[in-house]
Amino acid sequence: MALEFRDILLRQDDFALAADLTVPAGRHAVIGASGSGKSTLLALVAGFLAPTQGRLLWEGQDITAMPPGKRPVSILFQHNNLFPHLSVKQNIGMGLRPDLRLNRAQQARVAQVLDQVGLSGMGERRPDALSGGQQSRVALARVLLRARPLLLLDEPFAALGPALKAEMLALLAQIAADTTVLMVTHDPADARAFAPDTLLVEGGRVHPPRPTGPLLDNPPPGLRAYLG
Amino acid sequence: MAAGLPLSIGHAIAALLAALILGTLATVVWIAGGLSGLTEWDLRAVWFTLWQAALSATLSAALAVPVARALARRRFRGRGLLVTLLGAPFILPVIVAVLGLIAIFGRNGVLNGALEAMGLPAIGIYGWQGVILAHVFFNVPLSVRLILQGWQAIPAERFRLAASLDFAPRDIARHLERPMLRGVLPGVWLAVFLVCLTSFTVALALGGGPRATTVELAIYQAFRFDFDLGRAAALGLVQIAICVGAALLAARIAIPAGFGAGLDAVGGPPAPGGWRRLADAAVIAAAAAFLLAPLISVTLAGLPRLTTLPPEVWQATRRSVLMAVISALLCAGAALALALTVARGGARWVEGAGMLPLIASPLVLGTGLFILLRGTVTPQQMALPVTALINAAMALPFALRALIPAARALQKDYGRLAASLDLRGWARLRLLVLPRLARPLGFGAGLAAALAMGDLGVITLFAGDNPTLPLMLYQLMNGYRMADAAACALLLMMISLALFWAFDRGGRHGA
Repeated sequence: MALEFRDILLRQDDFALAADLTVPAGRHAVIGASGSGKSTLLALVAGFLAPTQGRLLWEGQDITAMPPGKRPVSILFQHNNLFPHLSVKQNIGMGLRPDLRLNRAQQARVAQVLDQVGLSGMGERRPDALSGGQQSRVALARVLLRARPLLLLDEPFAALGPALKAEMLALLAQIAADTTVLMVTHDPADARAFAPDTLLVEGGRVHPPRPTGPLLDNPPPGLRAYLG
Repeated sequence: MAAGLPLSIGHAIAALLAALILGTLATVVWIAGGLSGLTEWDLRAVWFTLWQAALSATLSAALAVPVARALARRRFRGRGLLVTLLGAPFILPVIVAVLGLIAIFGRNGVLNGALEAMGLPAIGIYGWQGVILAHVFFNVPLSVRLILQGWQAIPAERFRLAASLDFAPRDIARHLERPMLRGVLPGVWLAVFLVCLTSFTVALALGGGPRATTVELAIYQAFRFDFDLGRAAALGLVQIAICVGAALLAARIAIPAGFGAGLDAVGGPPAPGGWRRLADAAVIAAAAAFLLAPLISVTLAGLPRLTTLPPEVWQATRRSVLMAVISALLCAGAALALALTVARGGARWVEGAGMLPLIASPLVLGTGLFILLRGTVTPQQMALPVTALINAAMALPFALRALIPAARALQKDYGRLAASLDLRGWARLRLLVLPRLARPLGFGAGLAAALAMGDLGVITLFAGDNPTLPLMLYQLMNGYRMADAAACALLLMMISLALFWAFDRGGRHGA
């Protein structure tokens, strides 16, 4: 269960990101200054951006040219993780079948994960009738249902307050126990609490994972300037 | 990949549209074979087309400024309704408005009655002054909406700053309002100018003769009265040149969009008291009366005869409604495919193809299609399909203007989410695209339906024994059956507005 970046280079206008590393199973934070390419890295893994050169491997299988929806990946964005015109149930159901033609067993699964994330009885609501924390729970319920082995988090909880964010990370740790996670964050505390290892993105390079604690205790100069 | 299916449909429709417009125009140019066939009469038509459009635009913009200012700084009951009504002339059948204007300004109209009572000479509505009057009627409301947006685009903080600096109304005009107007008015003027360049129905009903014939009307006359296809095509060539020239002009000046949000922003300019208050009230009342009197007059005259209309009117109604619905579906379908392709970053020519109808006038297209299709089908057979097709094409740029930004927002906000969930093809259309784009789609379809319903342009070239409702109305007017004409006009107006309302409302509910 490893994600391999083999000699990857991604060029966009005057920006370039290089990655040549292996990410083992487990939970990883992705840290770096604004504009360093953290979100670009996630977009690359999710399949929204194609590398200019190099290959991306999951469990030894080349997924470089695989379309986003077929990858072994779930992703949560900073915003717009839910379709606002669909009900909570429909949003979650998309994790099973994107065309929402669910059979009875699948509908039961939807109800079950709804309970699991603490939203029993809210299935018929539209997202705008939910609080920010509840919306995050809906998105997590869909992740749970899709059950992809790799989860990418592009700061989906950044707009929540500290207590809610901690709650979401706890829920996440619970539902994504066997999932490999890449979590972009600006908050060193989140990285320490959630991710044993951290990928540093700096100077157009993705550095191999290092233990989070020592990295943050004794950061290299660029990261030190960013953390302040 | 997700883009596969709709992408190819969008490209195919863009190619078909380009072939339709450019192929038809090329046919006209080829048949025309130059401008040598044109007479002095035709050159007068060119001259009239240009100066009436310029005068109509100037008058409309000038008259709209005080109305927009009054609406910007006053709040009163019914203001929202009035602002909404200002959008109505766009979907109002031209021939209905012409009938209403005749009822107010015509020989036996309300105005001349009043003039006669005061011992003043009567004014005539037939001739160039009637053409200008009708153009002003249609375009003052449009201009007011555009200029009102300009007023509301001035940040409220500016007006607060002006108040704290103790600006008099004169100072506000100088430092805030006039700079805004200098930015907005050229676009407004040009928008009206462009609309009036292809004026046909107004000139057909109120103009004619050597001093009030537009090029579009001259095409119709050459085609229909003289059966001179060569001259019709030569005139078509002139109209193409005028439209292309105008399009080049338009590319240099940004034309503001007349629809959309932002008409009820809070804040706005301060509302000075004293005589300005009275003046604003008078301006608003006059504008409302000018807009509503012709329509009320048609309604009052038409209501009593509505139930006793002859059966052929109802046949024409069925024909027109069917054609309008087909036109609406064609327009909405094409606009959706094009907008999705454009939003996905499709080639620039796709968007350009969608805007091509702007350089083609309905009568030029009609002439070209007639030339292309003659021999295979009779004019009567092509009348309805060609009218439906041309109206769909004419409404397409307006539908695209509403749809492309929405499609871009959809792609930006939910494109990646949909891709990551493997939401593709029909499921994507059903669960994401249609619900999110229902509003602009409904608006575009409603616009196409109303335009096709009220169209009295290309149908006049082909019409035989199967008239549409507007053509029926025109025939009744020409036969001086004014009571039946008024009832027919009322029916046409109600159906046009109802069609627009139904499609637009359908979109809002779906959203």
